[in-house]
Amino acid sequence: MGKLLEVKDLAVSFQTYFGEVEAVRGISFHVDRGETVALVGESGCGKSVTANSIMKLLPMPPAFYKSGQIFFEGEDIVKKSEKEMQKIRGDKISMIFQDPMTSLNPTMKVGKQIVEGIIKHHGLSKDEAKKKAIEMLDLVAVPQPEKRANQYPHEFSGGMRQRVMIALAMVSNPELLIADEPTTALDVTVQAQILDLMKQIQDKYGTSIILITHDLGVVADMSDRVIVMYGGKLMEEGTTHEIFKNPKHPYTRKLLDSVPRLDMDRSESLHSIAGTPPDLYKPPKGCPFFERCDEAMIICKDHMPEKEYHTNSHYSCCWLNHPMAKGATEGSEI
Amino acid sequence: MDHTAYTKDMFEKVKRDEYHADRITRPTISYWADVWRRLKMNKLAMTGLVILIIIFIMSILGPYISKFDYREQDWDKINLRPNKEYWFGTDELGRDLFSRAWLGTRYSLLIGVAAALIDFGIGILYGGIAGMASPRLDAIMMRIAEVVYSIPYMLVVVLISVVFSDAGSGTSMFVLILAMTITGWVPMANLVRGQVLALKEYEYSLASESLGASKGWILRKHIIPNSFGPILVNVTLTVPRAIFAEATLGFMGLGLQVPKPSLGTLANDGLAVMPIGIFYQILIPSILISLIMFSFNVLGDGLRDALDPRLRQ
Amino acid sequence: MAEPLISVRNLKKYFDVGRGKTLKAVDGISFDIYPGETFGLVGESGCGKSTAGRTIIRLYEPTDGEVIFNGENIYQLSRNEMNRIRRNFQMIFQDPYASLNPRMPVEDIIAEPLDIHKAYKSNKERRDRVIELLKLVGLNEEHAQRFPHEFSGGQRQRIGIARALALNPKFIVCDEPISALDVSIQAQIVNLLKELQKDLGLTYLFIAHDLSMVRYISDRVGVMYLGHMMELATSEELYSEPIHPYTQALLSAIPIPDPEVQRNRHRIILEGDVPSPIDPEDNCRFVDRCRFATDRCRKEVPEFREIKKDHFVACHRADEIIKGTIN
Repeated sequence: MGKLLEVKDLAVSFQTYFGEVEAVRGISFHVDRGETVALVGESGCGKSVTANSIMKLLPMPPAFYKSGQIFFEGEDIVKKSEKEMQKIRGDKISMIFQDPMTSLNPTMKVGKQIVEGIIKHHGLSKDEAKKKAIEMLDLVAVPQPEKRANQYPHEFSGGMRQRVMIALAMVSNPELLIADEPTTALDVTVQAQILDLMKQIQDKYGTSIILITHDLGVVADMSDRVIVMYGGKLMEEGTTHEIFKNPKHPYTRKLLDSVPRLDMDRSESLHSIAGTPPDLYKPPKGCPFFERCDEAMIICKDHMPEKEYHTNSHYSCCWLNHPMAKGATEGSEI
Repeated sequence: MDHTAYTKDMFEKVKRDEYHADRITRPTISYWADVWRRLKMNKLAMTGLVILIIIFIMSILGPYISKFDYREQDWDKINLRPNKEYWFGTDELGRDLFSRAWLGTRYSLLIGVAAALIDFGIGILYGGIAGMASPRLDAIMMRIAEVVYSIPYMLVVVLISVVFSDAGSGTSMFVLILAMTITGWVPMANLVRGQVLALKEYEYSLASESLGASKGWILRKHIIPNSFGPILVNVTLTVPRAIFAEATLGFMGLGLQVPKPSLGTLANDGLAVMPIGIFYQILIPSILISLIMFSFNVLGDGLRDALDPRLRQ
Repeated sequence: MAEPLISVRNLKKYFDVGRGKTLKAVDGISFDIYPGETFGLVGESGCGKSTAGRTIIRLYEPTDGEVIFNGENIYQLSRNEMNRIRRNFQMIFQDPYASLNPRMPVEDIIAEPLDIHKAYKSNKERRDRVIELLKLVGLNEEHAQRFPHEFSGGQRQRIGIARALALNPKFIVCDEPISALDVSIQAQIVNLLKELQKDLGLTYLFIAHDLSMVRYISDRVGVMYLGHMMELATSEELYSEPIHPYTQALLSAIPIPDPEVQRNRHRIILEGDVPSPIDPEDNCRFVDRCRFATDRCRKEVPEFREIKKDHFVACHRADEIIKGTIN
């Protein structure tokens, strides 16, 4: 079975009045059927732009695909027209967003919104569509679905709205679900519910999920593989286990160290990363993490390191992997 | 990539200083400079601005360029079409329309801008106080404003003009302006109040309050500076209304004292000769009024777009 | 135990939301904050923690209750007396993008408390103090003339901290100061706050919904739910031996960034959503979602009492939970 999604050397930039901002600078990754891949990074690293470019939802201008391909089920999305994309969106690839209030139409009843989605993709009759809509609400554990379908989004709580979003996204049983920070805006107890729901749905339908988040706890809970993004480029990729237990890239390590854990000792200090992420207008020539890296070397400033595989599934892009670096770093490992 | 091209010394660690990590690299652009840049991109707004600048300059210089004084009557040269001597022609008293038209523009602009500025002043004060006041005081103030505004504007203007003017010879500029501003300040007050209500809940206002700032302080330092955008747009759009109002008054015969011209009175004079087939006398002031209004409007619209944060590129 | 710096007694804050309905954001909470400590206040949305923080520094007028500072109830002070006290009470806000006036240069923003209270004699003194504060938070002189939009979220938050420190306050309410920041920057800010606390002898009320972070930075923690305080204990105690069913559920819901640990945890998943704080019933606020709820819980507000040393709980069945005899 071929890969469901394969992104090859994707580069996406924005044309602004003062120049080009390179949001995504040549990244490659894949997603297989039935798996959950977490795309991790902080704000400005390009993960949202990546997600939106898979769905071709970026405003074009000012955005443009600088180079690269996005193969979905073997076909290159970058080459597809808007009309072709409309058939794919909501049908084969769905997306759920961070703030469900702005992605749901506040003037339309919830049931109606789902019914519209169903009719558009399935061509069912209105009555059949209504029945299916209620089924969907039930699937996402909205209590009293018949009653709730007749309400407006503002009558739902944050968690409920997110469930509606998931229902809308799952209407046509998509192959791929892109979840862009789906639980960031939710309370912790509600987040646990939503994550559970997403796992149930994945078990039931075999949907692949790209989970975009900066919350490492959520990543540990849900994902099979993890991709770490920084400054528009990919720093490290591996299975969840590999990334958490044996992180190779200094950024990944620092990220893990800067998150306080419920089960850690309180007297341990929190490691932070000094400074701020790089501005992608006139991005740095070398490794984007150079300015903030404790182990940076002279070569890191102007030269971008290549991928170095540690196992079949785990690689990192860092000059520390280079044989010539071993001497310099010996004895100064964290 | 050729690995052998790298030398061992390139793998030496870099020395670090904290400051590096917090540098700001993007070129800075101040808020108003950015607004101006966006405004410049709007061709229509720029056209309006250019027209206004030309009209403004002419309103000052116009009467001096022409060799005729605006009051000078030459009964041999009445109702002449625009020609080489009288560039805009003459009216039925033989007066040079060129100097009258530009002087009239000057007065109309003066009145219009003055009225708009007074509205602005009263509006900011009233709206600012209402917005910051307790809900009860606010409600009272707004009810009063509503009542004032519901008085038919023209009625007030006409009444005041009639009461204060010397019948037949027109009204003084002061009275005209007074008449126009009596009810005209309400929309501005509403706007300012709306801004104040919104901005006083912003966290920087709350921060100021938690530091012990008085309401006046917060209004002055935080809210008004941040409301300037919409307020400026409103002022820009109020001016043409005021000018049109003055023109209407002049048109109805309640305009400036004779022989002072205004665009309205000129139009009125021009109306009188239309039955005998003379059109340029009404056309010229009408065109000027239209140009001024058009320009202020597109400029105001352009400003509004340039200030809108959502349209930022 | 030393004297508390601040004592909150039966604090209530209600909002009138029209049509005769009342939103009881804070409905009777009491606790002490001791000098030099960090008191963490946690809870999910609608629990009233932000409102509590703002009412404690009298940004909002309370509906009932007292806050005692230096032996006086601050709610009884006149405007002038309150202004005197305000120099000791400062606040850091959540949104680093909204808490700084975009039209003011950083220097004026940080100096605003000095300007309001006229706390300097010359412009040079003002400037020097601003630079001193900038350095304290890890920024520097060249940042003083810039505008907020030129800075990142973390830097803006540091500017907000510098502003809060301008008048040498004793007590700072941190209202979700890190929620809007990236993970690696959160650690930066938290470390800065800890350092400043040590160097300047500050006392914090740290309001947040990120429980892992609260545990890390706080000495004692109070858990709020729908306007009531459900549990209060030292950080260690609360996280290792939570008694209240809500606290237990809350802690179990936080994902731990370790796949093995996380996937093998026993999770308590709560049903339903957080109910509305408008016109609540006079009972235990957690009754609709509590897995141990009884009839008594539906009728009576549980007393907030000290069930173990320095460990307070508001639950009718707390004793059973401690003994492990609960079903």
